[in-house]
Amino acid sequence: MILIWIIIIPLIGGLLAWTLGRGNSVRARWISLLFLAGDAVLAVYLWSRHAGRAGLINGPWLVDMKLPWIPQLGASFHLAMDGLSLVLVGLTIFLGILSVLCSWTEIRDRAGFFHFNLLWTLSGILGVFMALDLFLFYFFWELMLVPMYFLISIWGHENREYASYKFFIFTQAGGLLMLLSILGLYFIHERDTGVYTFDYTLLLGASMSPAAAFWLMLGFFVAFAVKLPAIPIHTWLPDAHTEAPTAGSVILAGLLLKTGAYGLLRFVLPLFPDASATMAPAAMVIAVTGIIYGAVLAFGQNDLKRLVAYTSVSHMGFVLLGIFAGNLISLSGAVMQMVAHGVSTGALFILVGMIQERIHTRDMDRMGGLWSLVPRLSAAGLVFALASLGLPGFGNFVGEFLVLSGSYRAGIPATALAAVGLVLAAIYSLRIVQRVFHGQAKAGTTLADLSTRETGMMAIMIVVILWLGMFPQLLLKTAEPALNAIPCCVAAEQPAPVKGGRK
Amino acid sequence: MTAKSLTLLWPYIVVAATSVIVMLVISVRRNHAAVFLLTLSGLAVATALLFLPYLSAPAMVTKLVLIDRYALFYTGLIFAATFIVAALSYPYLELRDGDHEEFYVLLLIAALGASVLTASVHFASLFLGLETLTVSLYALTAYLRSSDRSIEAGVKYLILAAVSSAFILFGMALVYAELGTMEFAAIAERAAGAEVHGLPLTAGFAMIIIGLGFKLAVVPFHMWTPDVYEGAPAPVTAFVATVSKGAVFALVLRLFSIIDVHGRGAEFLIFTVIAVASMFTGNLLALLQNNVKRILAYSSISHLGYLLVAFLASGSLAAAAVAFYLTAYFVTTLGAFGVVTVLSTKERDADSMDDYRGLARQRPWVAGIFTAMLFSLAGIPLTAGFVGKFYVVAAGVDSGLWLLVVILIINSAIGLFYYLRIIIALYTNPKEGGQPTPVPKLSRTGGAVLASLSLLLLWLGVYPGPLIDLIKKTMQNF
Repeated sequence: MILIWIIIIPLIGGLLAWTLGRGNSVRARWISLLFLAGDAVLAVYLWSRHAGRAGLINGPWLVDMKLPWIPQLGASFHLAMDGLSLVLVGLTIFLGILSVLCSWTEIRDRAGFFHFNLLWTLSGILGVFMALDLFLFYFFWELMLVPMYFLISIWGHENREYASYKFFIFTQAGGLLMLLSILGLYFIHERDTGVYTFDYTLLLGASMSPAAAFWLMLGFFVAFAVKLPAIPIHTWLPDAHTEAPTAGSVILAGLLLKTGAYGLLRFVLPLFPDASATMAPAAMVIAVTGIIYGAVLAFGQNDLKRLVAYTSVSHMGFVLLGIFAGNLISLSGAVMQMVAHGVSTGALFILVGMIQERIHTRDMDRMGGLWSLVPRLSAAGLVFALASLGLPGFGNFVGEFLVLSGSYRAGIPATALAAVGLVLAAIYSLRIVQRVFHGQAKAGTTLADLSTRETGMMAIMIVVILWLGMFPQLLLKTAEPALNAIPCCVAAEQPAPVKGGRK
Repeated sequence: MTAKSLTLLWPYIVVAATSVIVMLVISVRRNHAAVFLLTLSGLAVATALLFLPYLSAPAMVTKLVLIDRYALFYTGLIFAATFIVAALSYPYLELRDGDHEEFYVLLLIAALGASVLTASVHFASLFLGLETLTVSLYALTAYLRSSDRSIEAGVKYLILAAVSSAFILFGMALVYAELGTMEFAAIAERAAGAEVHGLPLTAGFAMIIIGLGFKLAVVPFHMWTPDVYEGAPAPVTAFVATVSKGAVFALVLRLFSIIDVHGRGAEFLIFTVIAVASMFTGNLLALLQNNVKRILAYSSISHLGYLLVAFLASGSLAAAAVAFYLTAYFVTTLGAFGVVTVLSTKERDADSMDDYRGLARQRPWVAGIFTAMLFSLAGIPLTAGFVGKFYVVAAGVDSGLWLLVVILIINSAIGLFYYLRIIIALYTNPKEGGQPTPVPKLSRTGGAVLASLSLLLLWLGVYPGPLIDLIKKTMQNF
């Protein structure tokens, strides 16, 4: 039941924030914070009970629950959590709390409705990370879009309408392709066994012809690649990230992108092991292109927020690379990179939001010299710029290093090119530091430095990103049993893997 | 005709009787409220009486109608929708001058015609039901005699519907001339028996499809839809969009599954082309509109295209998909036009995009309900439209209609664009300097109808199990 509560608590919190918070924005903020804190308590409880252990109940699952939902269609309310879900649920709640905090002064208009949307998006994301029924998964997958769409289209910046359309239509179209694949799988399984079911654990064993598997895999892959985002279906991302309010950008970059990676890990690799192996070279090419393309475009931006958005394309390329390199090291690296990117990019977006709140622009030409005006903010900026470039000691380094060392086994040229991305990351990150924080001060003479709330937020995020970098083992151990259950890992650990071999 | 078959017809008799009673009441004394309540109770009693024949179904009543669970399900849907349309009409008509009472007579007769269509298994009952429905609709469309647009819409509908009826009649005559029968089952038998399908037979079916296509407003027979939707009073538009189309669709499904459209290449191809054209035309033209009623008109064209995908997918899953989709579509469309109705003022219907700009601030609940309805039309979760679309896609995938399903998905993405456009307008602030359009007071009936429709929408979207059970029971013999 605890899993249901994790999803329901934000839903209730959102409704309360909306109804009680009408015309009283402070109340809406505290309600949201309170309910997310309640969620955090549940997540910590689960972590302390289960972290690091292999599944006790069945397979890798730490907690597993199943309620009948629409038995007529074979859909059930099946939630389960393994180490991977646990890590991502933790990340979701963490970034959720930070996004409430970072909108504390930014959002003044209709704050109740804002927090309603914020909490409902989070709830949809939590559902995505825990659903083990494909119908339910699709349900949550779509559900998280709608409130996010409202966050962008109501509280976004100048070009919000265009950005929100683009975001919604891209992800919805991808989602519908996934729906086709889900249904294809559903009927193939039915023809084999005579059982109509959307249950992940039952569908895992579905046997199908290689051609069918490939097409079905492609449907899932496209849906997740849109979210990830992978070249060439990433174009919604710079617009959506740039135009969204700060909390929206944090959730988009920190969490929504992760749902794509999670989907690849949870569904594409286990459900279609052979087809994924066929896809792997192409996916790795896409990944490497994304890494370099994102970095080069990030370098060319003048809009600070857009720059950070493009760095996401680059960083998520590493995740895609790690996933399709298909061994335990690279997958661990991908998970690490997901979490570290969530925190570091989230922090960068929050910093951009803070800067924009103070000098009302995102144009880097009008920044510069902020260090002398707002030293605390600038120091935090430096820390996260360094984290983003992959400096050892930060979580991002661990993630990228593991991905590269894992993908070295799968393909040396791809790894070499991806490593070039690290150099480019250093260039664009240092460019941020130089143009924004160093140089002549252009934005007036006095600006308020970080308030206590803001300092606290930054401090927590710095601690977390350093902790990820210094002591990655706890997180890696938590996720490992789940990653070990993915077929490609099993195959790679065998002494002489038969190519595309399956039991 | 025996006493037993009479009991099977009770629900239909009650609706017919109610219309006569209402007419008599009007001739004694005009009282809008009394007539309104009489209509509602007549429809409620008729709906409740549907359980009477449910037990003894299926049973033929004469050669004309077959009262089976399929017919009873759609009849129930039609009566319920008519009930809602009547409830929406009361506050709408109260605002306006002129006599209101005859409106309900026409509404009841139209509902009767529509419900006969769902049970029809004979060309004669088909034509009688269709004309009963259509003739009442001419008058309903033009009911606001002081409005030019309403009259224009009525005349347009009259001319085109009359032409399409002529097509259907001619088609029936050709089929009869070839096969010598007007019963669906016998037609199927003899058509299958005939070695060579003569040109007259194919032409006959084609003309029937054309005629029914007009009523369904599928492309290329859709020209009247936007004008009629725009010109007709908002509750009547809701009626045309749901009851009229739903009844004809139920008939088409029955007629062509008896005749076995899947075994007949030419007819199957015609329907495929119609489905694809309806989806694309509806969605692409909706993108160009600025009038909310017209957007909904084009959107309904595309929704009929989606329904045709389910129709073309054979099997019991397809029948269930159609039934679920139609139910979801009824709830959603009634809700959407319900919002248009409650926002309409004495002078005009709320059909311009400006009427909706910034509505979320002035009427947060109405805006929320409209948002839910639009999301349902777009097929987003938590709403009935989501499960409906899921069902249709499932039926298509099950039958291997990959091309149609992929086209459906492309169109869903296109469709999102104009639904989102309305939604964005709801939540943006009114234009700089411009005054927000004054919003009329929400009547109690209107509010109650909208609230219950949205609860129904969420219930079907989150917990569709009971309805699916009911549909499976009613469609099992189908």
